Amino acid sequence: MVEVKNITKKYGPHKALDDVSFSVNDGEILGFLGPNGAGKSTAMNIITGYICANSGNVLVDGCDVCEQPQKVRKELGYLPEIPPLYPDMTVNEYLYFVYDLKKCKLPKLSHLKDICSLTGIEDVRNRLIKNLSKGYKQRVGFAQALVGDPKTLILDEPTVGLDPKQIIEVRTLIKKLGKRHTVILSSHILTEIQAVCDRIVVIDHGRIVADDTEDNILSRFDEQRNVYVTVEGDKQLLRTEFEKLGGVEKVSCTKSKEGVSSFVLRTDKDTDVRRAVFETAAGSNAVILEMRTSKPTLEEIFIKLTENGGQEEVH
Amino acid sequence: MGAVFKRELKSYFVTPVGYVFLALFYCYAGLMFYVTSLSDGKTRLDQLFSSLIIILVAVIPILTMRTMAEERHSRTDQCLLTSPVSIGGIVAGKFLAAFVVYLAAISITLVMSLVTWIYSSPDWSVLLGNITGLALLGAAFISIGIFCSCCTESQPVSAVICFAALLFVTFLSAIGAKLPFEFISKIADKLAFSERYYAFTYGIFDISNVLFFISAVFVFLFLTVRVTERRRFS
Repeated sequence: MVEVKNITKKYGPHKALDDVSFSVNDGEILGFLGPNGAGKSTAMNIITGYICANSGNVLVDGCDVCEQPQKVRKELGYLPEIPPLYPDMTVNEYLYFVYDLKKCKLPKLSHLKDICSLTGIEDVRNRLIKNLSKGYKQRVGFAQALVGDPKTLILDEPTVGLDPKQIIEVRTLIKKLGKRHTVILSSHILTEIQAVCDRIVVIDHGRIVADDTEDNILSRFDEQRNVYVTVEGDKQLLRTEFEKLGGVEKVSCTKSKEGVSSFVLRTDKDTDVRRAVFETAAGSNAVILEMRTSKPTLEEIFIKLTENGGQEEVH
Repeated sequence: MGAVFKRELKSYFVTPVGYVFLALFYCYAGLMFYVTSLSDGKTRLDQLFSSLIIILVAVIPILTMRTMAEERHSRTDQCLLTSPVSIGGIVAGKFLAAFVVYLAAISITLVMSLVTWIYSSPDWSVLLGNITGLALLGAAFISIGIFCSCCTESQPVSAVICFAALLFVTFLSAIGAKLPFEFISKIADKLAFSERYYAFTYGIFDISNVLFFISAVFVFLFLTVRVTERRRFS
C-alpha cells in the first residue's frame, strides 16, 4: 500500500505540488491524470524518493520513503518519463546491471528472460541501446522497472512513443501486472487511463481535483444530458415547440440545411424528453431523422475539472 | 556499489574516454622518461615523477568529467538514485572505477623502472614511495574531479572547472608565496598538493602527507554525496 500524505513541493516560488494526499491499495491500478505541467512527474519522483518533498511524507507499506529509502526502494519499480538508459550498453548488459544494482535475489537468467519475453524485447537483447527505436527503448525502460519483481510499479507515461499496436500491448501488460502488483500510472491520455485503471486521481496545478472511480467521477458530473435531434421540418416552429417542453433548459440549432435542422436540447439529468420530442415532431408534421442522447464523457469532465483548477490558481 | 563500479569501469573502455586518458598519459610519461632519464643516461626517476603532476592536471578532468554530470544529463541518475544503493555507494563505485583506470595509467612507471634496472638496480624503497605518492595524488585529484562533475550537468563545464581546481591546488604554494602575508603563504604551502607530492619524489615518506591525500579524497567524496543529496530538496 502506498500512502501519500499532504505533500507540498516548491521549485523556488512556484508550487509544483500543493498539499497532495491520496493512497493506493495493494493490487490496485491507480491512474494519475493531469494536463502537462500539472505536477504528475514531480509526484512520481517524490513517491520513488528521487526527490524529497518540502513537507508531507510518503509511506510504502508503512515505511517512510525518505527515512528508510533502501528498504522501500527494493519494493519499487520505477519507469520515469524518460527511460533511464545507458546508450552505450547492450540491452542484456543493461538489465544485468540493473539486476545487480537492485541487489536482486531471484535466479538471474530465468528472471531476466521472463521479463524480456513479457516486454517483448527478446529480439533486441544483444543490440546497443542507442541503436534501438523509441518504442523499444521505452520497453527496455519498462523491463528495467520490472527487474526484482517489485511489489509496487510506478509508471510515468509508459506508452509515450509507442505505436498503436504496442500501446495496446503495453496496456494489456499493465492490466496483467495489476493482478500481482500495485500500479501507479500517470498519463495525460484519457483513453489510456480509462482502459486500464481501477481508480483515477485527477491533478491540476499541483492540486488534486478528483479522486474516485471512473463511474463515480462520471456520475458526479452527470447533471445534464444532451439530446441530439435531426429533424426535417420548419426550423423556427420546431425550435419554439421544443423550448416549451418540460425539463428542457436550452435549445440550440447546430446545423440547418435544405429543410433539415439539427438541434441540441440540454435537459436536466432526471428528465428523458425523447418521447416528448417525438410527439412534438409528429404534431408539427416533421420527420425525425436521428435522435440520440449523450452523457458527458470523461474528456469533457477532465476539461471542466482542470479549468476550475486553473481559475483557483489565478485567485 | 559493485554494480556501479563494474558498469563505470566497462564504460571507460566502451567509450573513447579511457583510451584517450591512457594514451595521453602514456605519451607524456614516455616523453618525460626519455627527457629526464634516458637521454642523460640517468637511472634516477625522481624527476620523471615530479614532472607527472602537470599531465595529471590536464588529463584527470578527462577521466572524471563524465562521472556525475552525464548521469544527470541523460537522466540515468533516476535509475541510480531510486535503487536500493546509497548515494555514498554510488559515488564510491564511481571513484574506484576511475581510480582503477588511473592505476592502469601510472603502472607504466613500473615498466620504466624495469627498463632502468637493466643499467643499475634502482632504490626500490624510494621507487615504491614515489609510486604510492603518485597514486595518492591521483586519488585526491580524481575525487576533486568527481566533485566538480557533480556540480554541473555539462561535461565540458565539469572538465573546465576541474582543470581550474586542479591548477589551483597544484600552484597554491606559488600563489601563496607571492602574497604579502606570511601566514597565508604558510597555509598555502601546507595545503598545496604539489608540495605534499614533491616530498614523495624527494624520497621522503611522511605519514602526514599520506593522511593529507587520504583526507582530501574523503572530503571531496563526502562533498559530492552531500551536494547530490541536497539536490533532492531543491
